[in-house]
Amino acid sequence: MIETTSKRGTPESTLRNEEPARSSQPPAGAATPRVAIAVDDTRQARAITSVKAQVENLNFYYGQNRALKNLSIPIADKQVTALIGPSGCGKSTFLRCFNRMHDLQPDTRYEGSITLHPDNINLVGAGIDPIEVRMRIGMVFQKPNPFPKTIFENVAYGLRLRGVRNRATLAEEVEKALRGAALWDEVKDRLQDSALALSGGQMQRLCIARALATTPEILLFDEPTSALDPIATAKIEELISTLRDQVTVLIVTHNMQQAARVSDYTAFMYLGELIEFDEAAKIFTNPSKKATEDYITGRYG
Amino acid sequence: MASTATATNSDKRANNLVSRSGLRYRKIRDRIIETLLLAAGLVAVFTTLAIVIILLTESAAFFEHVSLKEFLTDTMWTPLFADAHYGILPLVAGTLTTTIVALIVAVPVGTIIAIYLSEFASHRLRETVKPILELLGAVPTVVYGYFALTAVTPLLQMLMPELPGFNMLSAGLVIGLMIVPYVASVSEDAMRSVPRYMREGSYAMGATRLQTALRVVVPGAFSGLAAAFILGISRAVGETMVVAIAAGMQPNFTFDPREQAATITAYIVQVSLGDLPHGSIGYQSIFAAGLVLMLITLIFNVVGFSLTRKFREAY
Amino acid sequence: MASLPHAGPDYLNPDSIRTGLSRRKMLDQVFVIVGLVLMFACLGILAVLFMNLVLDGSERFGWDFFTNFPSRHAERAGILGAWVGTSLIMLVTAFCAVPVGVAAAIYLEEYAPKNWFTAIIEINVTNLAGVPSIVYGLLALGLFVYQFGLGQSIAAAGLTLALLILPIVIVATRESIRAVPKSIREAAYGLGATRWEVTKDHVLPYSTGGILTGMILGLSRAIGETAPIITIGALSFIAFLPSSPITSEFPFISFQWLRDPFTAMPIQMFNWVSRPDQAFQANAAAAGAILLGMTLLMNAVAIWIRYRFRKKINW
Repeated sequence: MIETTSKRGTPESTLRNEEPARSSQPPAGAATPRVAIAVDDTRQARAITSVKAQVENLNFYYGQNRALKNLSIPIADKQVTALIGPSGCGKSTFLRCFNRMHDLQPDTRYEGSITLHPDNINLVGAGIDPIEVRMRIGMVFQKPNPFPKTIFENVAYGLRLRGVRNRATLAEEVEKALRGAALWDEVKDRLQDSALALSGGQMQRLCIARALATTPEILLFDEPTSALDPIATAKIEELISTLRDQVTVLIVTHNMQQAARVSDYTAFMYLGELIEFDEAAKIFTNPSKKATEDYITGRYG
Repeated sequence: MASTATATNSDKRANNLVSRSGLRYRKIRDRIIETLLLAAGLVAVFTTLAIVIILLTESAAFFEHVSLKEFLTDTMWTPLFADAHYGILPLVAGTLTTTIVALIVAVPVGTIIAIYLSEFASHRLRETVKPILELLGAVPTVVYGYFALTAVTPLLQMLMPELPGFNMLSAGLVIGLMIVPYVASVSEDAMRSVPRYMREGSYAMGATRLQTALRVVVPGAFSGLAAAFILGISRAVGETMVVAIAAGMQPNFTFDPREQAATITAYIVQVSLGDLPHGSIGYQSIFAAGLVLMLITLIFNVVGFSLTRKFREAY
Repeated sequence: MASLPHAGPDYLNPDSIRTGLSRRKMLDQVFVIVGLVLMFACLGILAVLFMNLVLDGSERFGWDFFTNFPSRHAERAGILGAWVGTSLIMLVTAFCAVPVGVAAAIYLEEYAPKNWFTAIIEINVTNLAGVPSIVYGLLALGLFVYQFGLGQSIAAAGLTLALLILPIVIVATRESIRAVPKSIREAAYGLGATRWEVTKDHVLPYSTGGILTGMILGLSRAIGETAPIITIGALSFIAFLPSSPITSEFPFISFQWLRDPFTAMPIQMFNWVSRPDQAFQANAAAAGAILLGMTLLMNAVAIWIRYRFRKKINW
């Protein structure tokens, strides 16, 4: 077991001081050692070479109801981490903490931290603006939800929000994003067509392209294939596997086989708590906890 | 062992994209717009406050000259005469009479139509008839007034030869016709929200549509029907032009619809047609009358709306 | 079906069941007939009303009617001042009611938190829909004419009617905003859009149908309202037009017309109907026919727009 402590910078966001002439070097003093591993028995010790986000004692409340209890896991950089568990275990709730979607509902509260590296920002910190968080973290939803606009405009929307006006830049970024989502070849001749004319699987890849266009640091997937047919599902899973070279992926799925196929690390949750976190290979072949094993083998679902 | 996830090229670009976005400007703009939108929402509150304040202040001035007792008990309303009387009862009687006549028409007709549309009519018939019925409610009231004076009164005079040219009966009947769509629409909404399983229980026992309608649906939608009834009263009480044209503008303390009389609303019109200096007691009297009108309709509206909410929540 | 001899209570006897049933079914049929008769009677009356107006007013229709001012001679009295006044007033009304109404609706649907403050705004909007139109007239008199010093002008009339139709615009806009699915908003927020950006880029563009419908329905109501503006200037012997908005010298646009006295179609009709001289009834009928025609046309357009826009986007 390797024990190290990780040192974090102050949670005050360096994002708050938005100066256009900002240096792109990480600010001095914010570089920190990157190994962040468990120190208690619910987590397996295994060195993750590089951590993109560290979740530390995260609790989440809907009103008085404590929906997430003391979650602590590392999210590995440029890897796919999957969250699995039975219905109601809190995996979607957990996912939505990463991009502060809960802030759109009244009476919600976060405790603990999700520290984004290398800037050492606490994504759920009180002083952090949810809109800034959402500009850095992308999300793909369960049911494909393209805007009723053209394919081009769908992908370009995030860029327009960020003030990109130059037609050439937009065209270039849109093409990059569509290629990244394995959709370019299918739509390159009809970028001005309505997005709603695409098939379900294509729409979901369009939503992925839309999220990729803004170069997010983490891409969140909330059960992205549960509304799709098997062929479309296979395409998306293949795509997610390739995405790991570009961006850190965090995916929620109720389909265990999907998690086994696609993820590098897997976290099993139950009733708002983290039961086990480890490399996917280990979770699915030789889990340490009986609860995990019961779930994997289908004793309950 | 330990290695840092350094800011890679893509992260650098992400940061650059974010800082170029002018996020601060967007957020400031958002706040300004939110304030403007809130101000727009407050216009409704401001309007209500303005109505209340104006009615109260002018009425207060009125009541400096006229005692409340006289206002509520005198049976003559002649503010513009040399021997002025300020009893609101004649106006209230006029309003009450026309309203009752209107309800005698509107409630049965509106309810029967609502029952028919909700329980008997086919979907296509309902979808065709409902918009047309709404059009009936969209006719300008001055046109209804003309109709009352020139068509309904002569018709009634054929049946009742001593009927005067201005009378509350024609006015009441036309107001009733005017609010039928409203009563029908609220009642029908109430009946449609009675859940299907209640009807099915009745049909399964061999009841006809009429029996189910009268014994299951109507009682089940009762608070909604009461709401329709009460909101209909409120509409009838507030109606102005029909009575101003067809019932005459002569305050007359009577409950006989065959006579002419002035309602609260018609009185206000009559005074407006004349030339009253700001601050005179005649001017203030219309606000006192308006206050009474406002109180009556407010009570009915509040009761009616709370009943509406009750039946919406029940299902 | 042959019936076996049956011992036991009468109500279980198949024969008596059958007679009872046929009696109940007959009542059912009677009700259907009554319902249909009442419904078509109401619709028929609407048609009769329109016909009545057109026939009574037929002798007045003609180019002169539209281009003449009112006069002591019924044959020469026209609605020039009235329809120009109505048009200008509608301009003011639309200009005020639509932005404020849409903004308030956006606030209530997208921004307002669920607390008592928001509830107060919503209660006020509902309440204002039930206030009698004559009370708006009193508000106009006390507030716009005297307090704000606008005098008996087009501006005052336009503002009053704008307040009157504000609830209509708000309700229609809210409904169309609600029709935009939550998933679209989530997608936009997920990309880092601010609340106003979500509203402006995604909610409003798809609500234009509803907003347009609300605006037209509101204006069709405002065009026929007499009571709110009769208190602030029932001048119907205007023999001049309000100042033209376009002038021949710099800066080519004038706002003087806002402060000018006015008349409007429903007021003109009311004035003619109230005259004892029978000849003017024809004028009233002609004006009424035009007014009713416009109202029905606007309602039809609104319904058509609602239908067209509903088909355009299938979520």
